[in-house]
Amino acid sequence: MKRKTKQSFSDRMYMIIVCIFVIICTFIALYPMVYTLSMSISGAEHVAKNDIFFFPKGFSTQAYELVFQDKEIWGAYMNTIWYTVVGTVLSVVLTMISAYPLSRRRFFLRRKLMLFVMFTMYFSGGLIPMFLLINKIGLYNSRWSCIMPYLISAWNLIVCKSFLESIPETLEEAAAIDGASPYTTFARIFLPLSKPIIAVMTLYYAVGQWNGYFAAMMYLPDADKHPIQMYLRKILILSNTQSSMGGSSMGGFERSLATQQLKYAVIIVTILPILAIYPFVQKYFVKGVMIGSIKE
Amino acid sequence: MKKKQKCACSIQKTPLRKLIYRDRHLLVMCIPLILFFLIFAYLPMAGLSLAFVDYKPVLGIGGSPFVGLENFEKVFRNPFFPRLLKNTFLIGMETLVWSFPIPILFALAVNEIRNRKFQKVIQTISYMPYFISIVVIVGLLSNFLSPTVGVINQVYSAITGNDPISFMTEPKYFRTIYVVSHIWQTFGWNSIIYLAALAGVDIALYESAKVDGANRLQQMIHITLPCIMPTIIIMLILNMGNIMSVGFEKIILMYSPSTYEVADVISTYTYRRGIVQSDYSFGTAIGLFNSAINMMFIVGANWFSKKFSDTSLW
Repeated sequence: MKRKTKQSFSDRMYMIIVCIFVIICTFIALYPMVYTLSMSISGAEHVAKNDIFFFPKGFSTQAYELVFQDKEIWGAYMNTIWYTVVGTVLSVVLTMISAYPLSRRRFFLRRKLMLFVMFTMYFSGGLIPMFLLINKIGLYNSRWSCIMPYLISAWNLIVCKSFLESIPETLEEAAAIDGASPYTTFARIFLPLSKPIIAVMTLYYAVGQWNGYFAAMMYLPDADKHPIQMYLRKILILSNTQSSMGGSSMGGFERSLATQQLKYAVIIVTILPILAIYPFVQKYFVKGVMIGSIKE
Repeated sequence: MKKKQKCACSIQKTPLRKLIYRDRHLLVMCIPLILFFLIFAYLPMAGLSLAFVDYKPVLGIGGSPFVGLENFEKVFRNPFFPRLLKNTFLIGMETLVWSFPIPILFALAVNEIRNRKFQKVIQTISYMPYFISIVVIVGLLSNFLSPTVGVINQVYSAITGNDPISFMTEPKYFRTIYVVSHIWQTFGWNSIIYLAALAGVDIALYESAKVDGANRLQQMIHITLPCIMPTIIIMLILNMGNIMSVGFEKIILMYSPSTYEVADVISTYTYRRGIVQSDYSFGTAIGLFNSAINMMFIVGANWFSKKFSDTSLW
C-alpha cells in the first residue's frame, strides 16, 4: 500500500515536470506572435513608452489604417497572392500528374525516371548556373521567374508517388476492365482518393510561394513585381534605422512611432492567411511527413 | 526505408516498341516532369562547366577560354576560404547538435499528455513557427534584440543593470541567435515524425511494465525511448548528411559586414562573389566545391546508415 502511494507521488511529480516543459515550449513558440499582435493593436503611447510585454495596452487601429492606405504594400500583397495562386495551382496539378506514372509498378521507365528525379535532390548546378539559365531563357525580370523554377519539387513528387502507391492497384485494373483510359482512371479514381495528399501539397507549395523572397531578390530587379516578403525585407531588415519609409507628412517622432507599429501590422497581415489555413490541414501532416521520410 | 523491387522478368522480353505503345498514356503524363527537370535541374548542371572556363559573357560558355582547374586554385588560395569552411561546418554542426534533441524531448513530453484536446492545441501552436517566413523571423529577431526598442534587451538591462547589447552586430552571438531561432522555428514541426513513431508503440508493453511496478519515468526510459530509437537514428543520419549544406536564405538576411567573420558561409560568399560581383566562373567553382562536399557527406551518411541500421536513402 505504502509503495503504491509513493509510486503515484513520483508519477505526479513526473507529470508536473512534463506539463511544465510542454507549456514552456508552447509559450515560447507562441510568444513572438502574441507580442507582435499586441504591438500592432496597442495605443501609440504605449508603443512609445515601450511598456508592452505580452498583452496589448490601449487600443488603436492606426497602424492597420496605414497599412491599408499604403499603395506599395497593397501592390506587393497582390503580387504575393498572384504568385501563390498561380504557382500553387500549377505545382499541385503538375506534381500529381507526374507522380501518377511514377507510381505505376508496371511502367517500364519508372525506375529510370525515379533516378532522374532523385539525383536532383542530392546534386544541383547551384546558384550561378541557375542565375545564368534564368537570364538565358528570358525569365529574368519576368514574374514567371518566381514560379517556373519551383514548379515541381522532387521531394513533394516522391511523397505524392508514395501516396498513390498506397492506393490498391486492383482499382486500376477494375477501371481498365470497364474500359477507362489511364487518364480517366487517374482523374476519376486516383485524384478523388488523393484529397489528403493534395491538401498537404497545396499547403506546402502555397507556403513556399507565400514565404519566398529569394527568387524575387535574384531575378526581379523591378520593385513593382516584388512579393510582400521583399517589402518586409526592406522595412524590417534593410532599414533598421526606421526612418526611410512611410510616405506620410507626419512629424518626425510621430512618424517613427507609426513606422514602428506599421512593421508589426504588416507582419500580422502577412502571416495571418497562412496561420488561418494550416490548422485545417494539420490532420494530414502526419501522413505527409511520414510518407516523405520513411518511404524512399 | 526501401524495399528492393524485383523487376518483372517479362519486361526484358517485351520489345521496347511494344512497351512504349503499351505505356504511351503514362509517357504522355511524364512529359512535363521530364521537361521540367531537364531545364531547371540538368541544364544548370551542364552550366557547371563554367567553373572550368574563364567566362566572358560575350563569348558564352563554349567560346570562353578553357582554364582547367585554375578557378578551383583561386578558390583554395582565397584568403577567406578557411574561414568559409570553418563557419559552414560550425554553423551546420551546432544546428544539428542543439536542434536535434529538442523535438525528441518535446514529442516524448507531448506523448505523455493524456488529454487529447490539450495535446492537439499544443501541437497546433508548436507547428506555427514553421509556417512563418524567414524574412519575418529575421525581422522579428532584429526587433527583439535591438538595443533601443528590443524586448530582450529591456529584460536583460532590468535584470543585470548593464547597458543593452547590440546582439545582431556582435560576432560572438551570431551562431547562438542563428541556432536558437532555428530551434524555435522547427522544434514543433520536427516532432511530428517522433509523435507518429510514438503512436505506434504497443500499449501492452506499458501494461506489463505497470504490473512490474515501473513508474512513468521508468516506462519512458525503458519502453518508449527504445521503441522510437530506430526513428531517432534514421533522422540523425539524415541530418548528418546535411551538415555542410548551410543555406544562404537566412544568413543573407541576418549577417552584416560586422559579423562576416563568423557568419559568412560558402553559399553566402558564392552569392556575393558570383551574383553581386558577377564573378561567374569563380562563383560556380566554389558552388561546385560545396555541392561536392555535400554529396560526400550524404553518401557517407548513407553508407554509415546502410552498415549500421539497415536503412538507406537509395
